[in-house]
Amino acid sequence: MGGMRKSPRTQPTPPPPKPAVSAVEMGARQREISVSEFFTKNRHLLGFDNPRKALLTCVKEAVDNALDACEEAGILPDVVVKVEAVANGDAPPPASQASRFRITVTDNGPGIIRQQIPPIFAKLLYGSKFHRLRMSRGQQGIGISAAGMYGQLTTGKPVQITSRTSARAPAHYFEVQIDTKKNEPQILEKKQIAWESPRGTQVTMEVEGRYQKGRASVDEYIEQTIIANPHVKLTYLSPEGETKEHPRTYHELPPSPREIKPHPYGIELGMLLKMLQDTKSHSLAGFLASDFSRVSPRLAEDICKTARLSPRARPRDTHGPAPETLYKAIQSTKIMAPPTNCLSPIGEKALLAGLYRQIKGDFYTAVSRPPAVYRGNPFVIEAGLAYGRGPSPEAESQEKKPIPLAEGETQQDDAELARVIRYANRVPLLYQQSACVIYKAVLDTTWRNYGVAQSRGALPTGPMVIFVHMASVWVPFTSESKEAIADYDEIRKEVTLALRECGRRLGAFLRRLERADSEHRRRNIFELYIEEVVESCNRLKGGRLPTAKLKEQLQKMALKRTGGEKTDELLGKNGSGPEGLPHSIIVTPEGIEGEVPVLVGEASGGAVSPNGAPKEDEEAGEPSRRSGKTRHRAKGKREAARSPARARPRGKA
Amino acid sequence: MARKPRRTSAVEKKLVGVADVVITAAQRYRDPTLAIPVRSLSNVTFNERKGLLEMGKRRQARSFFNVGMAKKFMQTVLVADALCELQRADLTTSLREIYYRTKHTIKNSHENTLDTQDESDPLIEDLEVTLETLREELHVRAENAGSVVGPLVLVDDGDRVDCARLGKGGYSVPSIVEPEYLQIKKCTADFVLLVEKGTQWNRLSEDKFWRKYNCILLTGNGQPPRGVRRLARRLHEEKRLPVYVLVDNDPWGYYIYSVIKQGSINLAFESQRMAIPKAKFIGLSSGDPESYGLPRNVGIKLNDKDIARARELLSYTWFQKKSWQEEIKRMLSSGLKYELDALANKDFQYLTKKYLPRKLKEKDWLD
Repeated sequence: MGGMRKSPRTQPTPPPPKPAVSAVEMGARQREISVSEFFTKNRHLLGFDNPRKALLTCVKEAVDNALDACEEAGILPDVVVKVEAVANGDAPPPASQASRFRITVTDNGPGIIRQQIPPIFAKLLYGSKFHRLRMSRGQQGIGISAAGMYGQLTTGKPVQITSRTSARAPAHYFEVQIDTKKNEPQILEKKQIAWESPRGTQVTMEVEGRYQKGRASVDEYIEQTIIANPHVKLTYLSPEGETKEHPRTYHELPPSPREIKPHPYGIELGMLLKMLQDTKSHSLAGFLASDFSRVSPRLAEDICKTARLSPRARPRDTHGPAPETLYKAIQSTKIMAPPTNCLSPIGEKALLAGLYRQIKGDFYTAVSRPPAVYRGNPFVIEAGLAYGRGPSPEAESQEKKPIPLAEGETQQDDAELARVIRYANRVPLLYQQSACVIYKAVLDTTWRNYGVAQSRGALPTGPMVIFVHMASVWVPFTSESKEAIADYDEIRKEVTLALRECGRRLGAFLRRLERADSEHRRRNIFELYIEEVVESCNRLKGGRLPTAKLKEQLQKMALKRTGGEKTDELLGKNGSGPEGLPHSIIVTPEGIEGEVPVLVGEASGGAVSPNGAPKEDEEAGEPSRRSGKTRHRAKGKREAARSPARARPRGKA
Repeated sequence: MARKPRRTSAVEKKLVGVADVVITAAQRYRDPTLAIPVRSLSNVTFNERKGLLEMGKRRQARSFFNVGMAKKFMQTVLVADALCELQRADLTTSLREIYYRTKHTIKNSHENTLDTQDESDPLIEDLEVTLETLREELHVRAENAGSVVGPLVLVDDGDRVDCARLGKGGYSVPSIVEPEYLQIKKCTADFVLLVEKGTQWNRLSEDKFWRKYNCILLTGNGQPPRGVRRLARRLHEEKRLPVYVLVDNDPWGYYIYSVIKQGSINLAFESQRMAIPKAKFIGLSSGDPESYGLPRNVGIKLNDKDIARARELLSYTWFQKKSWQEEIKRMLSSGLKYELDALANKDFQYLTKKYLPRKLKEKDWLD
C-alpha cells in the first residue's frame, strides 16, 4: 500500500491519510505460529468439535495407540478401556449429565522407554509412524498428544502415564503437559512406582465431554473395533458402571506389516526435491534404485536416460529444471506396482468371525480384494456383509403371528435402512459418513440386482450391515480427524468390486431362501384358501353344505397338483426348515454351496496350541502366529456358540 | 316398501350359483373355474341397429388351482358370499363396506383375505358382468351425486316426493332408482334436460326454466352416476320423454353425451338398461360460439390431452355420423373449447333466456 502520491499542482488539499499501520509495525507483528497453537484454535480439525465427539476421539486415539504398539511388538492385545464421569465439585453426576470424564486406557503392550514418554504424549507431530510407509492405525503423530492437549485446555489436568517395558524393569509414572507455544512437553511429575502389570502402558486423561449412547458413541466405537479386530481382548468399563468383556475370538495376530519405501508413482515433485537433498546415495541412479521401491538399477538407468540426465550425477547437484524432467521421466516409465506385503488385511476368516460374533443375522459373508494401488500407495479393500435378524427374533415373530395386518402395513416393516460400518486400518470411522468413498460406493452399487430393495440415491433397505475396511500404508483421509476416506477412483473401484461380490453371494442366499419359500407357498396357498372357499360356499348355500366332504375333495385335488408327498420330502418339511437348510448360512469363498456349512467355528473354540492344552495367551508372550488351525464346526455346535455362554472362550471352561 | 320378490331371488340364485360352480367342479374332480367376460375396449362392439355399445363374447377363465389366480378366485367367492348376505338381509351398501365386510385374516397365517379396496372393487364388477346383474340389483350403491327438479312426483321408500316443490335444490337422486325402490307416480313434463354441470343446473333451476318450458332438469355433476342415467332412461322409456343433453364444448363433454346415449366402454354390459339411444346433443356445439356470437376470448385453448382425446373420439365407431365428424373436427380446427359458464359473458341469464329457448325453437341439436 505505501503512501499516496500528492498531485503536484493542487490547492491545499487535505493532507493524505496517514497509513494506519506502517510496514515496520506490520513486520514486527509477524511471528511463527506453533502447531499446538494452531490446533488449539482449530480443534475441530482433529475431531474435537463438540464434547460428545471429543470424548470419543480421546478414547479412540488412546486405543489406537495401544493396539498399534501391541501389534508392532507382536503381542496379542489385551486392552482395558475405562471411562468415568468426574465430579466438578461434589459427587460425580450420572453419566448422561456429566460434563467431565476421566479416560483410562491400559494395554499389555511393549511399554515405552522413560525418555520417550514426555514427547509421545505432549508434543504434537511427534511419532514413529509418519516417516515410514507401514500400515498402522496412527499416521501423523498428532492423535494422543492432541487428546492430551484437549484435556489440558478443557480441564487443566495433565496426562498421566504409567509404563513398564518388562517385569524386570521398574514402572515409570509421568504427569505431562504440552507447552502450546513451543510445542514442547512440560513434565509436572515423574517417579518410579510399583505397578501390578509386568508390562504395558496406561494413559489417563481428564477431558470435557458428553456421554450419550447411540450412533457415533464410545460404545459403538468399541463394538465396531471388536468386529474388525477379533484378535483383541477388550474390556470396557462404561461411565454407567457396566463392564463389558469382549474376549478374543481369533487367536492369531494379523501378519506384521512390512515397512516399504515410497513407490515412484506416489510422490510429488516437492517430495522428490526433498529426497534428492536428503539421500545418502552419491549418484542419481543409485538414489532412484535405493530410495524407492520397485526401481531396479537397470530401471534407474532407463529413467535417467529418458530424463537426459547423467546416472552418475550427484543427487544434491540436481538443480533447476532437472528435477522436473526427472519427475516427468518417472511418471512416463512403466514401473511395477508396489509390494503389498506392507499390508495386513483382516482376512476373510477373521472378518467373518468378527461379524458373526458382534452382529445377529442369518447370513454372513466376507471378501478380501487383492491388493491395488492408488498414487503409488498399495491398499487392500475388504468387505463384509451380515444380513437378516438372526434366528431368535424370528422365533418371536412366530409367536406374534395372530396379529392381523391393517391396510398399508406389510408383513415385515422393512423400512429400516442398511447400516454401513467403515474402517481404515482396522479403526472404525464414525463420522462424516456421506463424505466417505465407502459410503458413495455403497450407494452406487445396484443392490436391487441382488434382491435387496433400494430407493434411488439411498442406502439399500433391509436388515443388513455392510462392512468395508481399507488397509493401506497411507489412508487418504479427507481431514486430520480421520473420519472419511477421500474419493480416489482406484479406491472406489475396489470397494465397488468387493461390495458386488458380497452382493452376489447375498443374492444367491436370498434366492435360495425365496425358492424354498415359494415352493412352500405354492404348497400352502391352496391349503390356506380351500378353507375360505369352503366356508364361503357353505354360507352361500345357507349353511346346508357338507363342508367336510367338499374340503376333502378340494384338498385331494390340491395335493395332486402340487406333487403330494414327494414335494413334502423335497421341501424338507420334516422340521428342519425349508429345503433342510438351517436358519443361518455362512457363505465363505471356500464354499458358497456348502451344505449345512459353517466354518468360523474357531469363534469360541480358542486356538489350541500344538500340545493340545488350552492356550492362555496373555502372559505367554509368544502369540501363536498362524499356528492354530481353523476348525470347521457343525451346525449344532454353532448354535451352542451363540448362547450367552459364547461370551466366554470355551477353552477356559 | 313394494319389492318384487321374484327378481331379488333371481339375483340371489345367481350368487349361489358361484358356490355351485365350486361344488360341481369338486365332485367331478375338476378345477373350479369362473368364466368372466373381458371388460375392455377390445371386447366392446357398437350395435348400430340398437344404437348401443354391447359387450363381446370374450371371457377369461379364473380357476382356483392356479397359483396366480387362487387368491383372486377365493376373493371372488368371498365377495359373492357378502353380496348374497346383502340380498338375504335386503340391505344396500357401498363398495367400501363390502371391502371391510370381506376382510379378515386367513386362518393359520398372517395373510389377509384382502389388503386394499382396490382388490375388491373389480371383483364386484366381475360378478356384475359374469352374473349379468346390475350393481344396483346387487344392492351396492354409490354416493348420491345428482339432482332433479321439475313436474315430477316420485315415491321413495313410501314417501311422496314432488320435485316441483323442492325449491332450488331439488331432489337428490339416489344411486338405486330401480322400480322396486323408486316409483314414478306422475310426470307431466314434455322433455328431460340433462345438464353436465351442477352450476348450470342451478342457474336453470333458479330461473325456473323447467316451469316455463315444462321439462325435468337433471344433473349428474360431471360424468353422471348410474342413478341419474338410469332415472333418465326410465323417464325416457316409461314416460316417453325425449332426452336432451347439455354439456361443455370439449371432448369430455362429447364423451359424457355418448355414455348417456350408447353406454360406456367399461360397463358396456349395462348399456342395455342404461343407454338412451335417442338422446340428443343440444349443446354446447362447436358451431355455437359463431351462431351465438360468443367472443373468442372466452374460449380455452385445447391442450394436448384434449386433442388426443378428440382424435380418439373421431375413431370410435359410434361417432362416425357425418354431423359428428364435422362437429369434432370443427372444434379441433378452432383449437378452442368453451365451457357452458362462458355464456355468462353475454348475460347472467343468457342460458335460460336466450340460448336454450333458441336451441329448442330451432331444433338445433345433434343426434
